[in-house]
Amino acid sequence: MATLASSTAMPVEREPTDWSSTRMQRRIARRYAAERNFRFLGLAALGLAASFLVFLLFTIVRDGWTGFLNTEVRVAVTYEPAILGLDAGRIAATADPAARRAAFRQADFAGLMLAASEQLGDFDSVVSEGAWLALRDRLEADPALLGQTEQVWVPVRSTIDLLNKGKFDLEAPEISRGVSDRDIRAWQALEAQGKLRTGFNGIFLSTADSTVPELAGIWGAALGSLLTLLVTIAVSFPVGVGAAIWLEEFAPRNRWTDIIEVSINNLAAVPSIIFGLLGLAVFLNVFGMPRSAPLVGGLTLALMTLPVIVISTRVAIKSVPPSIRDAALGIGASPIQVVFQHVVPLALPGILTGTIIGIARALGETAPLLLIGMRAFVVDTPQGFTQPATVLPVQVFLWSDDVARGFIEKTSAAIMVLMMILIAMNSVAIYLRNKFERRW
Amino acid sequence: MSLTILFLAAFGLALVGFQIGRARGRTLVATSGIAAGTAARARIGAVHSRPNYHGSFVALLALAPALVVLLGWSFISEGVLTDSVLASVPAAERPETSLDRTSFMNEVRGLAAGEIDEPFDLATIPASRVYAATQTNYNMLAGAVAATLAALGGFWAYSRLTPQFRARNRVEVAVRWGLMLASLVAILTTLGIVLSLIFESLRFFQMVSPIEFLFGTRWSPQTAIRADQVGSSGAFGAVPLFWGTIFIGAIIAMLVAIPLGLMSAIYLTQYAKPSVRKVLKPILELLAGVPTVVYGFFAALTVAPRVRDFAVWLGMSDASSESALAAGVVMGVMIIPFVSSMADDALNAVPGSMRDGSLAMGATPSETVKRVLLPAALPGIVGGILLAVSRAIGETMIVVMAAGLAANLTINPFDSVTTVTTQIVALLTGDQEFDSPKTLSAFALGLVLFGITLVLNIYALAVVKKYREAYD
Repeated sequence: MATLASSTAMPVEREPTDWSSTRMQRRIARRYAAERNFRFLGLAALGLAASFLVFLLFTIVRDGWTGFLNTEVRVAVTYEPAILGLDAGRIAATADPAARRAAFRQADFAGLMLAASEQLGDFDSVVSEGAWLALRDRLEADPALLGQTEQVWVPVRSTIDLLNKGKFDLEAPEISRGVSDRDIRAWQALEAQGKLRTGFNGIFLSTADSTVPELAGIWGAALGSLLTLLVTIAVSFPVGVGAAIWLEEFAPRNRWTDIIEVSINNLAAVPSIIFGLLGLAVFLNVFGMPRSAPLVGGLTLALMTLPVIVISTRVAIKSVPPSIRDAALGIGASPIQVVFQHVVPLALPGILTGTIIGIARALGETAPLLLIGMRAFVVDTPQGFTQPATVLPVQVFLWSDDVARGFIEKTSAAIMVLMMILIAMNSVAIYLRNKFERRW
Repeated sequence: MSLTILFLAAFGLALVGFQIGRARGRTLVATSGIAAGTAARARIGAVHSRPNYHGSFVALLALAPALVVLLGWSFISEGVLTDSVLASVPAAERPETSLDRTSFMNEVRGLAAGEIDEPFDLATIPASRVYAATQTNYNMLAGAVAATLAALGGFWAYSRLTPQFRARNRVEVAVRWGLMLASLVAILTTLGIVLSLIFESLRFFQMVSPIEFLFGTRWSPQTAIRADQVGSSGAFGAVPLFWGTIFIGAIIAMLVAIPLGLMSAIYLTQYAKPSVRKVLKPILELLAGVPTVVYGFFAALTVAPRVRDFAVWLGMSDASSESALAAGVVMGVMIIPFVSSMADDALNAVPGSMRDGSLAMGATPSETVKRVLLPAALPGIVGGILLAVSRAIGETMIVVMAAGLAANLTINPFDSVTTVTTQIVALLTGDQEFDSPKTLSAFALGLVLFGITLVLNIYALAVVKKYREAYD
C-alpha cells in the first residue's frame, strides 16, 4: 500500500476516507438532507405557481358562474293598447312586419311595465328598469297578444338577482352588507309566493353593454373582438408570412436585411402600450381614422402580432430540409414556385400554430386598445369596421371599474368566456402542432 | 357607395381580369400547338407561361393602379370631406377649437350614417346633408378613376399576351416586390414608433424642460387642463413614476418571480421525470397565457384587499387598498413562466459533460446545480432576468387596475405608487387636446419606457447570445 502511494507522485499523502465513521455518516446524512430540501424547494416553487393558477381560476369561476344565470319575476301583463299608445285595429291590419315593428318601437312599453309591476304591490321596485324590453320582444314575436293578458317572466333588479343567488351575507348589519332590509323583505316575500325563478341568462350572451348589471351583455364585445381580430388577421398574416419568406429565402445579406431583422426582434419585445401610442399618433392623428373603431384596433394589434408571426414562420420555413428545395429546383421550378408550391405548404402547420398563438395574444390584449379609445361605452352591437366598438378584455376592464356590485359576477363571467375562447384557440394550435408537424 | 364596396369592386375587377387572362392563356396553349402542327408533347414549350400566370399578370396590372388610387383617396378623404363640410357651414356657426370641430364632425358623421336621430348641435343637420352628398360625389369620382385605370391596365396587359410572352417572370418579379414590401413593414413600424414618440415628446419638451421631467419629484399633471385654472402649470417631475415602476416591476415582482421561476426551472430540468415534466410545463405555460386584464382584476379584487387587511393587522391604520405589493406580487406570478423558460434554456445549454463530471465526483444533484450548473449558466440566467424586468416594467393592465394613481415616492410596499404605464393610460383616456402638456407628457413617458426596454432587451439578448456561443 505504502509503496504504491509513493510511486504515484501524490503531493499530499493521506489516509483513505473511512466512510463508515460516524463523522462521515453524519456528513453524508446532512448532504442528503440538503439534497432532499433542495428538491422539495423546487417542487414547492412549482406547486406554488400551480396553486396560484388554480386559486385564480377557482376565484373567477366561483364569482362568475352565476353570471350565466339570472333571476326573473312573474307578472301578469295586459297588453293594453291605450297604455302603449297603439291603435289595435291598425296594428292588426298592418301586414308588413317592418311597419309593425316600427310602430312597436314608438310604443310606451316602459309605461306598460310600470302598470304591470304595480300588481306586485310594495315590491314593484324589484323589476329591472329594462324589463319592458322583454314585453316588447313578446309582442313583436306575437302581435296577436295585443289587448290580451298573459303571465310574463321579466328580469329583476341586480340586487334582487344577487340576493336570490345568495351573494349577500344576510347576518351582517344593514349598513355593511350592501343591501337594504326592504329589498330583502321583497325578495323573501316573492320567493315565498313562488314568483321568482332562476334560469339561463340569455341577456348576458346576447346583448351589449349597459349601465345596469342585469341588462349588460357580452355579445357586443365579442362581436367587437371578432371584427378587430379579422382586421388583425387580414393584415398580419399575409404581411408576416411574406416578410418571413423574404427574409428566409430571398433577402440578400446586406445592411438593410440586418436592419429589418433587428427591428423585428426588437418589436417582439416592445411593451404593448407603446403600440397603443403608435396607433394614437399615427392612425388617429395623422391618418384621421375614426376613434374606437375595430379597424384601428385591428391595425394596431396587427403591428403587435407581426413579429410573433414573422419569427414563428421563419422557424417553420427553416425546418424544411434543403433537399426539398434542391429537388424542386432540379426539375425546373423557379425559386418562387419552389417557395409557394413546396416550402410554404410543408411549413404551413408551423406557420398556422405561430399565427394562432399570436392572434390569441392579440385577443387578450387590452392596453393599446384603451389608448385608441376602445373603452367607449357602447350599448349597441358594433355595426361595422369603422363604427365604435369595444372588445372582450376591454369590457372586462370597464366592468371591473364599475362600482355596481352586480358587475363583479359579470366581470368574472366575461373572463370565463374570454378564457374559454383562448383555451380553445391554444388547443387548436397544439393540435395542429402535434398532428401535422414533421420531423425531417 | 362606401369605400369598402369600392375596394371589393376593385378586387372583383381583378378577379374578372384573372379569368379573362387565364382563358386567353388556355387559348394560346390550344392554338399554338395546332399551328405548329405537332404532337401534344411539343405544345408544352410552345407557350412560355402557364395560363394561370397569364391570368395573374392581367389581374395584377388591373388591380395595382386601382388600389393605389383607392388607398390614396381613403387616406385623404376624411380631411377633404371635413374641409368641404366646414366650408359649407355659415361662419357664425362654425366650430372654433379643434376639439369642437372633432365633436361637430362626429355628430355630422353620425347623422349621415343614420345613427343619431337628434343632434345636439342643430347646425349639423344641413352639414350632414352636405357631408353625405360630397361623400357620394367624391367616392363616385374616385371609383370612376380607379375603374378606368383598372380597365386600361387590364387591356394593356391583355394585349401583351402572346405565346412568347414571359408572364411568369413578370408575375414573379411582382411577387418578390410584394414580399420585400411586407418585410419593410417591420422597419416602418419601428420608424413610426420612434418618430411619433420623438415628435410628440419634442412638443412636450418645448413646454416643460427635460431636466424638470427627468429629475423633478412632483407629478401632478391633472391640474393642467385649462389655462385659466389655478395651478394650471401642472408638475411634471417623473421621478416618482420611475421609482414606482422600478419598485413594482423590478423589485417586488422579481422577488417573487426569480426564486419561484428559477427553482421551477431547476426542478423541471434536473429532477422531474419526463412524464411529470409533460404535465407541469403546460401548467406553467398556461400561467403565461392568462390575459393581463384577468391578472389585474384578480389583483384588484382578490389580492389587494388581503394585502390591505394584512397591513392593518401589522398596525398600519391608513393602509391603501391600492398597494404596490398587491400589483407587484401578481405581476411576479405572471412573470414566473418567463423566468422559468429562460432559466430552462440557460441550464440546458450547459454542456452535459460538466454535469456528468460533477455527479461522477460524488456531488449530489443539488450540489451539482448550485456549484456547477448555476455558475455556468449565470450569464444566460441574468440575461433572461433582464428580459423579464423589461417585460415587467412595460406591463400595463395589472398596475392600471391594482396600483393606483397617487405619485408617491415611498419604499413602503403597502403604500400606493403609480407607474409609467399607469400614467400613460390615465393621461390618454378621456377627452384629449393635442396641444396640452398633460396629453403630450404621455408620449414623453412612452419614449422613456421605449428607450429603457430597448436598451435592456439589446443588452440582455447580447449577453444571452454571447454566452450560448461560448458553449457551442
